[in-house]
Amino acid sequence: MTEEIRMPIEASHIMMFARAICDDNPIYRDPEYGEENKPHSIIAPPTFVRAVAQFDPHHELRLKSGKKWFGSGKNASGLAGKAPSSGGLHAEQHFEYHRHLKPGDQLSVTSRNGDTWEKESRRAGKLKFAETVHEFRDQSGELAITMRSVVMHTEKPVEQD
Amino acid sequence: MPLSASKLHVGDTYEEVVVDDLTRTQLVMYAGASGDYNPLHTDEIYTTEVAGYPTVFAHGMLTMGLTGKMLTNYVGDGRLTKFGVRFTNQVWPGDTLTATAMVKEINETKGTLLMDLDVKTLNQKGETVVSGYATAKIDP
Repeated sequence: MTEEIRMPIEASHIMMFARAICDDNPIYRDPEYGEENKPHSIIAPPTFVRAVAQFDPHHELRLKSGKKWFGSGKNASGLAGKAPSSGGLHAEQHFEYHRHLKPGDQLSVTSRNGDTWEKESRRAGKLKFAETVHEFRDQSGELAITMRSVVMHTEKPVEQD
Repeated sequence: MPLSASKLHVGDTYEEVVVDDLTRTQLVMYAGASGDYNPLHTDEIYTTEVAGYPTVFAHGMLTMGLTGKMLTNYVGDGRLTKFGVRFTNQVWPGDTLTATAMVKEINETKGTLLMDLDVKTLNQKGETVVSGYATAKIDP
Protein backbone atom coordinates (compact mmCIF):
# COMPACT_ATOMS: atom_id res chain seq x y z
CA MET A 1 0.00 0.00 0.00
CA THR A 2 1.41 3.38 -1.00
CA GLU A 3 0.58 6.66 0.72
CA GLU A 4 -2.91 8.14 0.38
CA ILE A 5 -3.39 10.82 -2.28
CA ARG A 6 -5.99 13.58 -1.92
CA MET A 7 -7.81 14.45 -5.13
CA PRO A 8 -10.21 17.41 -5.13
CA ILE A 9 -12.77 17.22 -7.96
CA GLU A 10 -13.02 20.64 -9.62
CA ALA A 11 -15.27 21.97 -12.40
CA SER A 12 -12.48 23.57 -14.45
CA HIS A 13 -10.44 20.37 -14.39
CA ILE A 14 -13.49 18.41 -15.59
CA MET A 15 -14.04 20.94 -18.41
CA MET A 16 -10.41 20.68 -19.56
CA PHE A 17 -10.48 16.89 -19.36
CA ALA A 18 -13.66 16.73 -21.46
CA ARG A 19 -12.05 18.96 -24.10
CA ALA A 20 -9.02 16.67 -24.10
CA ILE A 21 -11.21 13.67 -25.02
CA CYS A 22 -13.15 15.66 -27.70
CA ASP A 23 -16.35 15.41 -25.64
CA ASP A 24 -18.56 18.49 -25.97
CA ASN A 25 -21.33 17.17 -23.69
CA PRO A 26 -22.59 20.17 -21.61
CA ILE A 27 -22.91 17.90 -18.52
CA TYR A 28 -19.11 18.33 -18.21
CA ARG A 29 -19.08 22.17 -18.23
CA ASP A 30 -22.50 23.90 -17.92
CA PRO A 31 -23.92 24.15 -14.35
CA GLU A 32 -27.41 25.16 -15.59
CA TYR A 33 -27.60 22.26 -18.01
CA GLY A 34 -26.35 20.05 -15.17
CA GLU A 35 -29.15 21.19 -12.85
CA GLU A 36 -31.88 20.74 -15.43
CA ASN A 37 -30.78 17.32 -16.69
CA LYS A 38 -30.05 14.02 -15.00
CA PRO A 39 -28.01 13.38 -12.88
CA HIS A 40 -28.70 17.06 -11.91
CA SER A 41 -25.11 18.27 -11.58
CA ILE A 42 -21.94 18.62 -13.58
CA ILE A 43 -20.30 15.18 -13.39
CA ALA A 44 -16.87 13.86 -14.36
CA PRO A 45 -16.43 11.76 -17.53
CA PRO A 46 -16.02 7.99 -16.94
CA THR A 47 -12.24 7.91 -17.38
CA PHE A 48 -11.55 11.13 -15.42
CA VAL A 49 -10.02 9.61 -12.29
CA ARG A 50 -6.90 8.52 -14.18
CA ALA A 51 -6.03 12.23 -13.81
CA VAL A 52 -5.16 11.31 -10.21
CA ALA A 53 -1.62 11.44 -11.64
CA GLN A 54 -1.86 15.25 -11.31
CA PHE A 55 -2.17 14.86 -7.53
CA ASP A 56 0.46 12.16 -7.00
CA PRO A 57 3.56 13.94 -5.65
CA HIS A 58 5.78 11.12 -6.93
CA HIS A 59 4.23 10.71 -10.42
CA GLU A 60 7.17 9.74 -12.67
CA LEU A 61 5.64 11.03 -15.89
CA ARG A 62 5.60 14.68 -14.82
CA LEU A 63 8.48 17.11 -15.31
CA LYS A 64 9.68 18.32 -11.89
CA SER A 65 11.51 21.59 -11.43
CA GLY A 66 15.26 21.13 -10.99
CA LYS A 67 15.20 17.44 -11.97
CA LYS A 68 16.53 15.86 -15.17
CA TRP A 69 13.74 14.84 -17.55
CA PHE A 70 13.90 12.02 -20.07
CA GLY A 71 12.26 13.97 -22.89
CA SER A 72 14.20 16.07 -25.40
CA GLY A 73 15.83 19.47 -24.83
CA LYS A 74 19.37 20.15 -25.94
CA ASN A 75 19.64 16.41 -26.61
CA ALA A 76 17.08 13.82 -27.72
CA SER A 77 16.81 12.76 -24.07
CA GLY A 78 17.83 14.61 -20.91
CA LEU A 79 18.90 11.32 -19.33
CA ALA A 80 21.82 9.12 -20.30
CA GLY A 81 20.45 5.88 -18.90
CA LYS A 82 17.08 4.21 -19.17
CA ALA A 83 13.98 6.36 -18.84
CA PRO A 84 11.58 5.64 -15.93
CA SER A 85 8.90 4.47 -18.33
CA SER A 86 11.09 2.96 -21.04
CA GLY A 87 9.26 0.11 -22.68
CA GLY A 88 6.17 0.65 -20.51
CA LEU A 89 2.83 0.60 -22.34
CA HIS A 90 -0.71 0.65 -21.07
CA ALA A 91 -2.27 -2.79 -21.62
CA GLU A 92 -5.61 -2.76 -19.80
CA GLN A 93 -7.84 -0.39 -17.87
CA HIS A 94 -10.95 -1.19 -15.83
CA PHE A 95 -13.35 1.02 -13.86
CA GLU A 96 -16.17 0.14 -11.48
CA TYR A 97 -18.46 3.04 -10.65
CA HIS A 98 -20.23 2.95 -7.31
CA ARG A 99 -21.26 6.56 -7.89
CA HIS A 100 -20.31 9.31 -10.32
CA LEU A 101 -18.16 12.26 -9.26
CA LYS A 102 -19.15 15.91 -9.13
CA PRO A 103 -17.31 19.18 -8.45
CA GLY A 104 -16.75 19.62 -4.74
CA ASP A 105 -16.06 15.95 -4.05
CA GLN A 106 -12.90 15.43 -2.02
CA LEU A 107 -11.42 12.04 -2.81
CA SER A 108 -8.92 10.02 -0.85
CA VAL A 109 -7.09 7.63 -3.12
CA THR A 110 -5.19 4.52 -2.12
CA SER A 111 -3.35 2.13 -4.42
CA ARG A 112 -1.88 -1.33 -4.13
CA ASN A 113 -0.03 -3.69 -6.43
CA GLY A 114 -2.07 -6.52 -7.92
CA ASP A 115 -1.02 -9.53 -9.99
CA THR A 116 2.01 -9.79 -12.26
CA TRP A 117 2.38 -12.16 -15.22
CA GLU A 118 4.46 -12.74 -18.39
CA LYS A 119 3.72 -13.54 -22.01
CA GLU A 120 5.73 -13.99 -25.23
CA SER A 121 4.76 -11.84 -28.20
CA ARG A 122 5.68 -11.80 -31.88
CA ARG A 123 5.89 -8.01 -32.20
CA ALA A 124 7.57 -6.90 -28.96
CA GLY A 125 9.46 -9.85 -27.43
CA LYS A 126 8.87 -10.85 -23.82
CA LEU A 127 6.00 -8.93 -22.18
CA LYS A 128 5.82 -8.36 -18.43
CA PHE A 129 2.44 -7.31 -17.07
CA ALA A 130 1.85 -5.62 -13.71
CA GLU A 131 -1.49 -4.64 -12.23
CA THR A 132 -2.29 -1.72 -9.89
CA VAL A 133 -5.60 -1.25 -8.07
CA HIS A 134 -6.75 2.23 -6.99
CA GLU A 135 -9.67 2.92 -4.66
CA PHE A 136 -11.27 6.37 -4.76
CA ARG A 137 -13.23 7.18 -1.58
CA ASP A 138 -15.35 10.31 -1.16
CA GLN A 139 -15.55 12.78 1.76
CA SER A 140 -17.89 10.40 3.65
CA GLY A 141 -15.44 7.54 3.27
CA GLU A 142 -17.72 5.76 0.78
CA LEU A 143 -16.09 3.93 -2.13
CA ALA A 144 -16.91 5.93 -5.31
CA ILE A 145 -14.72 4.26 -7.95
CA THR A 146 -12.45 1.22 -8.11
CA MET A 147 -9.85 1.37 -10.88
CA ARG A 148 -7.59 -1.43 -12.10
CA SER A 149 -4.71 -0.63 -14.46
CA VAL A 150 -2.36 -3.05 -16.22
CA VAL A 151 0.99 -1.83 -17.54
CA MET A 152 3.04 -3.95 -19.91
CA HIS A 153 6.82 -3.71 -20.21
CA THR A 154 8.07 -4.83 -23.62
CA GLU A 155 11.51 -6.24 -24.41
CA LYS A 156 11.72 -3.98 -27.51
CA PRO A 157 9.52 -1.34 -29.21
CA VAL A 158 6.34 -2.80 -30.72
CA GLU A 159 7.06 -3.65 -34.40
CA GLN A 160 4.85 -1.81 -36.87
CA ASP A 161 3.34 -3.71 -39.81
CA MET B 1 -32.35 10.12 -22.90
CA PRO B 2 -31.97 7.02 -20.72
CA LEU B 3 -32.43 3.77 -22.57
CA SER B 4 -35.51 1.70 -21.91
CA ALA B 5 -35.31 -2.08 -21.49
CA SER B 6 -38.61 -2.54 -23.28
CA LYS B 7 -37.13 -1.06 -26.47
CA LEU B 8 -33.72 -2.76 -26.34
CA HIS B 9 -32.74 -6.06 -27.91
CA VAL B 10 -29.66 -8.24 -27.57
CA GLY B 11 -27.55 -7.52 -30.65
CA ASP B 12 -28.57 -3.84 -30.96
CA THR B 13 -25.56 -1.70 -31.86
CA TYR B 14 -24.67 1.96 -31.51
CA GLU B 15 -21.74 3.45 -33.42
CA GLU B 16 -20.00 6.82 -33.49
CA VAL B 17 -16.93 8.33 -35.14
CA VAL B 18 -15.21 9.59 -31.97
CA VAL B 19 -12.28 11.36 -33.63
CA ASP B 20 -11.54 12.24 -37.26
CA ASP B 21 -7.88 12.85 -38.19
CA LEU B 22 -6.42 12.81 -34.67
CA THR B 23 -3.97 15.68 -34.17
CA ARG B 24 -0.78 15.95 -32.14
CA THR B 25 -2.36 18.99 -30.44
CA GLN B 26 -5.10 16.69 -29.10
CA LEU B 27 -2.36 14.55 -27.53
CA VAL B 28 -0.87 17.68 -25.92
CA MET B 29 -4.33 18.56 -24.55
CA TYR B 30 -4.74 15.04 -23.16
CA ALA B 31 -1.30 15.17 -21.53
CA GLY B 32 -2.15 18.50 -19.89
CA ALA B 33 -5.53 17.43 -18.57
CA SER B 34 -4.57 13.94 -17.39
CA GLY B 35 -1.09 14.62 -16.05
CA ASP B 36 0.49 11.89 -18.20
CA TYR B 37 3.40 13.85 -19.68
CA ASN B 38 5.20 10.82 -21.07
CA PRO B 39 7.24 12.27 -23.99
CA LEU B 40 6.16 9.27 -26.10
CA HIS B 41 2.90 11.15 -26.67
CA THR B 42 4.11 14.68 -27.34
CA ASP B 43 7.87 14.77 -27.99
CA GLU B 44 8.67 13.77 -31.58
CA ILE B 45 12.47 13.89 -31.12
CA TYR B 46 12.51 11.67 -28.04
CA THR B 47 9.96 9.25 -29.51
CA THR B 48 11.72 8.75 -32.85
CA GLU B 49 15.39 9.00 -31.80
CA VAL B 50 15.37 7.45 -28.33
CA ALA B 51 12.26 5.27 -28.03
CA GLY B 52 12.38 3.97 -31.62
CA TYR B 53 8.80 4.64 -32.75
CA PRO B 54 7.86 6.24 -36.12
CA THR B 55 6.16 9.21 -34.43
CA VAL B 56 4.36 10.14 -31.20
CA PHE B 57 1.25 8.11 -30.44
CA ALA B 58 -1.93 8.54 -28.40
CA HIS B 59 -2.22 7.82 -24.70
CA GLY B 60 -4.21 4.60 -24.31
CA MET B 61 -6.42 6.58 -21.94
CA LEU B 62 -7.21 9.11 -24.69
CA THR B 63 -8.53 6.27 -26.84
CA MET B 64 -10.49 4.93 -23.86
CA GLY B 65 -11.82 8.44 -23.15
CA LEU B 66 -12.96 8.80 -26.77
CA THR B 67 -14.60 5.38 -26.53
CA GLY B 68 -16.29 6.47 -23.28
CA LYS B 69 -17.80 9.47 -25.13
CA MET B 70 -19.60 7.05 -27.45
CA LEU B 71 -20.81 5.05 -24.42
CA THR B 72 -22.20 8.02 -22.47
CA ASN B 73 -23.85 9.38 -25.65
CA TYR B 74 -25.57 6.00 -25.95
CA VAL B 75 -26.48 5.08 -22.36
CA GLY B 76 -26.85 8.61 -20.89
CA ASP B 77 -24.94 10.55 -18.24
CA GLY B 78 -24.13 8.94 -14.90
CA ARG B 79 -25.48 5.55 -16.01
CA LEU B 80 -22.30 3.46 -16.31
CA THR B 81 -21.52 0.98 -13.55
CA LYS B 82 -18.56 -0.71 -15.26
CA PHE B 83 -16.22 0.10 -18.14
CA GLY B 84 -13.06 -1.80 -19.02
CA VAL B 85 -10.81 -2.24 -22.06
CA ARG B 86 -7.70 -3.89 -23.39
CA PHE B 87 -5.48 -1.77 -25.63
CA THR B 88 -4.74 -3.91 -28.68
CA ASN B 89 -3.08 -1.51 -31.15
CA GLN B 90 -1.48 1.90 -30.88
CA VAL B 91 -3.33 4.98 -32.13
CA TRP B 92 -1.40 7.48 -34.27
CA PRO B 93 -1.83 11.09 -35.38
CA GLY B 94 -4.04 11.12 -38.49
CA ASP B 95 -6.14 8.17 -37.30
CA THR B 96 -9.93 8.23 -37.47
CA LEU B 97 -11.60 6.11 -34.80
CA THR B 98 -15.05 4.57 -34.77
CA ALA B 99 -16.38 3.24 -31.47
CA THR B 100 -19.19 0.68 -31.27
CA ALA B 101 -21.27 -0.75 -28.45
CA MET B 102 -23.34 -3.91 -28.86
CA VAL B 103 -26.01 -5.05 -26.40
CA LYS B 104 -24.90 -8.39 -25.00
CA GLU B 105 -27.36 -8.98 -22.20
CA ILE B 106 -30.15 -7.25 -20.31
CA ASN B 107 -30.67 -8.36 -16.72
CA GLU B 108 -31.99 -7.29 -13.36
CA THR B 109 -29.71 -7.31 -10.31
CA LYS B 110 -31.13 -6.38 -6.88
CA GLY B 111 -34.02 -4.51 -8.47
CA THR B 112 -31.81 -2.53 -10.89
CA LEU B 113 -32.09 -3.06 -14.64
CA LEU B 114 -28.69 -3.39 -16.23
CA MET B 115 -27.42 -3.72 -19.77
CA ASP B 116 -24.10 -5.42 -20.59
CA LEU B 117 -22.33 -4.12 -23.68
CA ASP B 118 -19.47 -5.34 -25.84
CA VAL B 119 -17.31 -2.36 -26.71
CA LYS B 120 -14.90 -2.01 -29.59
CA THR B 121 -13.05 0.85 -31.27
CA LEU B 122 -11.55 0.50 -34.74
CA ASN B 123 -9.18 2.70 -36.73
CA GLN B 124 -9.64 3.66 -40.39
CA LYS B 125 -7.90 0.42 -41.47
CA GLY B 126 -10.42 -1.67 -39.57
CA GLU B 127 -7.89 -2.66 -36.89
CA THR B 128 -9.20 -2.94 -33.33
CA VAL B 129 -7.47 -0.40 -31.09
CA VAL B 130 -9.43 -1.14 -27.92
CA SER B 131 -11.84 -3.91 -27.06
CA GLY B 132 -13.75 -4.28 -23.85
CA TYR B 133 -17.06 -4.14 -22.03
CA ALA B 134 -19.37 -1.83 -20.18
CA THR B 135 -22.43 -2.15 -17.97
CA ALA B 136 -25.05 0.59 -17.66
CA LYS B 137 -28.25 1.15 -15.67
CA ILE B 138 -31.32 1.34 -17.89
CA ASP B 139 -34.97 2.23 -17.37
CA PRO B 140 -37.82 -0.36 -17.48
